[in-house]
Amino acid sequence: MTEKLVIIGNGMAPGRMLEHLLEKAPGLYQVTIFNAEPRVNYDRIMLSPVLSGEKDYEEIIIHGDGWYIKHGITLYKGHKIIAIDRQAKTVTSDHGVTEPYDKLVIATGSVPFIIPVPGHNLPGVLTYRDLDDVRAMMLAAQSRAKAVVIGGGLLGLEAAAGLNAQGMDVTVLHVMPTLMERQLDPAAGYLLQRAVEQRGIKVITKANTQAITGNGKVEQVELADGTIIPATLVVMAVGIRPNSALAKDAGIAVNRGIVVDAGMRSNDPDIYALGECAEVNGMVYGLVAPLYEMARVAASQLAGDETAAFVHSDTPTKLKVTGIELFSLGDFADGDDRQEIVLRDASAGVYKRLVLKDDRIIGTVLYGETSDGAWFNDLKKKQTDISEMRDTLIFGQSYQGGAPLDPMAAVAALPDDAEICGCNGVCKGKITGAITAKGLTSLDDVRAHTKASASCGSCTGLVEKLMVLTLGDTYNPAAVQPMCSCTTLGHDEVRRLIKAKHLKTIPAVMQELEWKTSCGCAKCRPALNYYLVCDWPNDYADDYQSRFINERVHANIQKDGTYSVVPRMWGGVTNAAELRAIADVVDKFEIPMVKVTGGQRIDMLGIRKEDLPAVWADLGQAGFVSGHAYAKGLRTVKTCVGSDWCRFGTQDSTGLGIRIEKFMWGSWTPAKVKMAVSGCPRNCAEATCKDVGVICVDSGYEIHFAGAAGLDIKGTEVLGLVKTEDEALEHIVALTQMYREQGRYLERIYKWAKRIGIPEIKRQIMDDGEKRKAYYDRFVFSQKFAQVDPWSERVSGKDKHEFRPMASVGFAEAAE
Amino acid sequence: MFPKSGNRFSVKNTRKKGIHMNWIAIGTISDIPRRGARCVATPQGKVAVFRTQDDQVYAIDDHCPHKGGPLSQGIVHGAAVTCPLHNWVISLETGKALGADEGVVRTIPVKVEGERLFLALEALASRAA
Repeated sequence: MTEKLVIIGNGMAPGRMLEHLLEKAPGLYQVTIFNAEPRVNYDRIMLSPVLSGEKDYEEIIIHGDGWYIKHGITLYKGHKIIAIDRQAKTVTSDHGVTEPYDKLVIATGSVPFIIPVPGHNLPGVLTYRDLDDVRAMMLAAQSRAKAVVIGGGLLGLEAAAGLNAQGMDVTVLHVMPTLMERQLDPAAGYLLQRAVEQRGIKVITKANTQAITGNGKVEQVELADGTIIPATLVVMAVGIRPNSALAKDAGIAVNRGIVVDAGMRSNDPDIYALGECAEVNGMVYGLVAPLYEMARVAASQLAGDETAAFVHSDTPTKLKVTGIELFSLGDFADGDDRQEIVLRDASAGVYKRLVLKDDRIIGTVLYGETSDGAWFNDLKKKQTDISEMRDTLIFGQSYQGGAPLDPMAAVAALPDDAEICGCNGVCKGKITGAITAKGLTSLDDVRAHTKASASCGSCTGLVEKLMVLTLGDTYNPAAVQPMCSCTTLGHDEVRRLIKAKHLKTIPAVMQELEWKTSCGCAKCRPALNYYLVCDWPNDYADDYQSRFINERVHANIQKDGTYSVVPRMWGGVTNAAELRAIADVVDKFEIPMVKVTGGQRIDMLGIRKEDLPAVWADLGQAGFVSGHAYAKGLRTVKTCVGSDWCRFGTQDSTGLGIRIEKFMWGSWTPAKVKMAVSGCPRNCAEATCKDVGVICVDSGYEIHFAGAAGLDIKGTEVLGLVKTEDEALEHIVALTQMYREQGRYLERIYKWAKRIGIPEIKRQIMDDGEKRKAYYDRFVFSQKFAQVDPWSERVSGKDKHEFRPMASVGFAEAAE
Repeated sequence: MFPKSGNRFSVKNTRKKGIHMNWIAIGTISDIPRRGARCVATPQGKVAVFRTQDDQVYAIDDHCPHKGGPLSQGIVHGAAVTCPLHNWVISLETGKALGADEGVVRTIPVKVEGERLFLALEALASRAA
C-alpha cells in the first residue's frame, strides 16, 4: 500500500531528495508536488549565468516535465499552499486544491530580505530570487539605463555583474567597508572590489540606503550621507530569511527556520522540512552542498532508514562571475591562537590565505587562483596535521611530493619557465641564468640585471632562495640593510609583511615581525606610522606619538625651539586680503621674521609654540589652511603665470598647478614631494628639478619626475607626454601613489625611481592603463581620510595638550 | 591600575643630601600622552615630564645637552627620548646621552601617587642656586 507524500516547494533540495528516494525506495510513495513558481525544477545557482546571458533557461532545467510523468509524480505548477491542516492531514493551495498526505515535506525555501526604506515597494524595485526576477531584470536592462544593486554579497555582486553584462550602468551599494565581508577578509574583499570596478561597475561601500524615490516608479536612491544615485532599476540583494510562515501558521515549531532534528523531522512526526527553510542544530543554510546533504538525509528517513542524520560541515563559497576566481571556506578571523600563511602576487591579482589552529587548517580564502581550493577543503575536513608541509602548504598540492619538502626544495622544484616576478614577468630560468652568466652576487645586482623583485618586491623571498640555490653558501641573504637596530628586516620586507600579514597597528607590526625593542626607536616608529597610514587609510588610526614633532604640531621646529608657520598659497597665487591677514598676524604675535620661501609662499618664523593655535585661528579666518611645509607629504606646486599672462605660455600652468595642489594636498608620502608646472619649455617654474614637474607645450603636457635640487642635484626624467589636463592629473596622481606604496620612508622620488628603474615606472604609469587607474583610485580613496586641515582641527581644540604647559610651578606667587 | 613611579634613584640621591622633600602637584598622569611628554614651567626654565609606554613617569630638564633642543618635543621610545633637533638619544632614567654621544641633562625627582604627579621643587631651586 503506497503512502501519500506531499511536497510543498519544488526547488533544488526537494528535487534532489526525490532523486534519492526514487532510487532507494521506488514505488513506496505516491508523490504530489506544489510549486508556487509556474515551472519545473531548475538550477537556481545558475540564474546568474542566465542573467548575464551566458546561459538560457532551458539549459538550467534539472527535471523537465517528462521526468515527473515518467515517475508518476503530480506537479501543480503555480500553486501556492496557503494552509496545512495537521488534524485532517491535508494541504490546500491558493487555487483551491486540497490534497491529503501521510507524510509532508516542507521545502518552501527562503524569501529575500527587503530593507524597509521608504520607496521599497515602488515599481522598479526587484529582488533576486527566481527566474521571474531574472526576466524582469533582463527586461529592465533593455533600456540600457542605470541600475543600483543594494548588497555587496554573493548574490548582489552576481546580479551586478549580470546587469553590467546586459549593458546597464550599475552601482553596487554595500553597507560594510568591504565586499562579501562574511566570506572574505578585507584584503580579498579589496581585490574583489577592484576586479568588480574594472568591469565598469561602481562600488560604494559603507553606503547606508535611506530612501528610494521617484514619481510612480524608481528614479533614484538616496544614501544617508546625502549622495543621490539615479536609477531606473533597484535590485535588493541584502540577504534571505527562511520562508517558514506557512509552517508557523500550522503550529509547527519555528525558530529562525522550521526546527527539525538531525533526521529533518519537525515536531510533527509526519512533517519534514528541508532546504533553506529548515533549521537544524540552530543553523540555517543557503548554500547548495548542505541543502543536498539535507535532501540525502530526508530521503533516507522517508525510505525507512531512521539512522540517517545531518552533519554540519563548512561549505566553500564561490562567486559565479566569469573571470573572478574566488573561494572562501571556514573560519578566517584573526585570533591569538591562530596562525596564518599568506601568499600574494599583486600583479597577477592573486591572494591566498590559510588560517591554521593547532597545525590544522580552519579557514581558507583564495582569490585569483582557486585551483587548490578542493585540496585545502579536503585537508580541513580531514583535520590533517599540516606541520610537515607547513612551509610549502600555500603553494598547493602540486608542490607536495610523497615526502615533505622544505621551501628551498619547493623553489628548486619549480620549472625554469615558472614566473617568479609577476610585476616584471621574469621567470626562474632568466634569474638563475643571469646570476651564473653575469656573476651576480647581491640582490641589488639581480634586480638591476633582471628586474626581478625590483617593483613591488613581494617576490624578494623567492629571488633570494634562487640566489642561495645558484650561489650556495656564498650568498648571504641577510645582507639587506635593516630599517634600524630594532629589527633585522629591511624597509621593503617590512612593507611587504605589513600588507601580507594585515598588520594594522604599530604594536602588531612589532609583535609579528619580532621587533627587538619594546616600542621601537625614533627611526622605525615614524616609518611604520607612515607605512600604516599609506597602506590602511581607512583602518589605521594615525599614531601622533610616532610622528616627528613637526608633523605632530603642524609647524616647523627651529633651532631655538620656536616654530615657523607657512600657510598654503595655492600655486603660489595670493591677493591683498591674504597678504593683509598675514601682516596682521605678524603684528599681533610679534613674529620676528617673515620670509618668502623657494616654493612661492610666505614663511613666518619664530612663533612660540603656545601661540600656534591662535596664529592658525587668525590665518584660518582669512581662508588659509596648513601649507604642510613640515610634512613628509605634498608641499608646494610652484607655477609660472602661463597662458593667462605670458606671451610664451602654451597652457594654463597656474590653473593646472592649483588644480594639482587642491587635489593632492594633505597626502602623506615617504619623503617630501615638491612639484612645479611651467607654461612653456623656458621653464620659469623650474619644473625640471622637482620631484614631479610639468612642462606645458603646444601639444599638451610633458610630465617629468625624479628631479632633485637639494643634497643631490639631478635633472628630471621624462615620464611621458599627455594631451589633456585631466590626463596630466591622472598620471601625476598615479605616479605619486606608486611612489607612496613602494618608497622607503625618507626616500625621495629620485632615489626610489633609481631603485625601481625608470622604464618600469613608465611601463606601469604610461603604458598600463589599468594599473594607472588602480593607483589613481587608491590615491583618491586615501585622500578621503587625509584631506583634513590640521590647523583648523587644532584651532577647534584637537591635541590641546601639545600647545600648553602642563603646569607652572615655583614662581614667587605659586611657591607661597 | 596605578602606574609605578620612575626616577627612584633620584629621590635617593636627594635624600643623601639631607634635603627635606617638598612635592608640588603638577597634574595627573592622564595629562601626558603615552610615549609623550608635557612641559612644566618653572622659574629655572622648562621641565619636561615624560610618560612611557608602560606608564613610567620621568622628569628632566627640557634642554638637550647637545644644542639645547626641547627634549619634550622628541619621540619617546622605551625609557629614552630622541631630541627633535639632531637626533641625540637621551636616557630618561639617567639623563645621559646614549650611543656615541656624550652629555648629560639634569633629572628631577617625580612621584606618582594614584593618578597625581608631583615634582620635587627644592631640587629645582637648589639647582638654580
